[in-house]
Amino acid sequence: MSTALTGPSSSKASRVIGLLALASTAILLLVGLVLSPPEVDQADSVRLMYIHVPSAIASLYLAFGVTFIGSVIYLRTQSTFWDLMAHAGAEIGVMFCAFVLLTGMLWGRPTWGVYWQWDPRLTSTVISFVLYLGYLAVRKMDLDPAVRSRRAAILGIISFANLIIVRYSVQWWRSLHQGNTVGRDTQMDGLILFSFFWGILTFTLIFTWLLIHRFRLAWYEHQAGATSLDDAIAARRAERTPPLAGEAL
Amino acid sequence: MHWQYVIPGYVIVFGGLAGYIWTLLARIRAVAEQVPEEKRAFLD
Repeated sequence: MSTALTGPSSSKASRVIGLLALASTAILLLVGLVLSPPEVDQADSVRLMYIHVPSAIASLYLAFGVTFIGSVIYLRTQSTFWDLMAHAGAEIGVMFCAFVLLTGMLWGRPTWGVYWQWDPRLTSTVISFVLYLGYLAVRKMDLDPAVRSRRAAILGIISFANLIIVRYSVQWWRSLHQGNTVGRDTQMDGLILFSFFWGILTFTLIFTWLLIHRFRLAWYEHQAGATSLDDAIAARRAERTPPLAGEAL
Repeated sequence: MHWQYVIPGYVIVFGGLAGYIWTLLARIRAVAEQVPEEKRAFLD
């Protein structure tokens, strides 16, 4: 498949994923905001769970997982592909992590009576957010590209360790945050359960589309840098070796 | 009940996503102009 057929920002595959994500989002909005009933205890604030938990999965598991895998492979192979993939995962993950924190605060206000508590789950999540912001800052540093990529990869691996704390914080410490939403003792059913899982499906599709496009941007930036470097080297060589008299240019 | 918390949540998430996607596509198009056609293919 050629990008010349579909333009620089899309391919046929990414268009299919994009259309599926759009359709899935429309269904999520319909089911999540209109058709599903209020929950007995949480009332309508349960609807925030249809975007809060999927954002958490897209951020903490999918996006930061990609950054971790990309970082490990980069350190072993110096693969540009995985270096760029790790960067793409981190940027998308930070955005979804911001959504997790903000929608969690909005859910916490009617449920707990406060927007924020220094609870183990919330605190470890905000630490993750700051760690990956730091990762993106390292990516912006004016360093030799290989050094910058290596430092970012090391940070990508260290930051992933904190995600284990996020995952198990509700089990290791006394936490205001509820335990695993889905498990053996799940009490959701009907349209509430459907909306919840549809949200996860929708955000997985959105994440996949975003990852393809964010990687595409990173790839173009890498190629543009390589092209400008090639041009600079060629220009320098042309300056140093002027053509001889009578030689064709 | 609690719609005053639900609606801002959805606006933040889907508004944020729309803004990010808009910016991402604009960045891709801007950078793609600097890359020769033969160097663009990767995942396709």
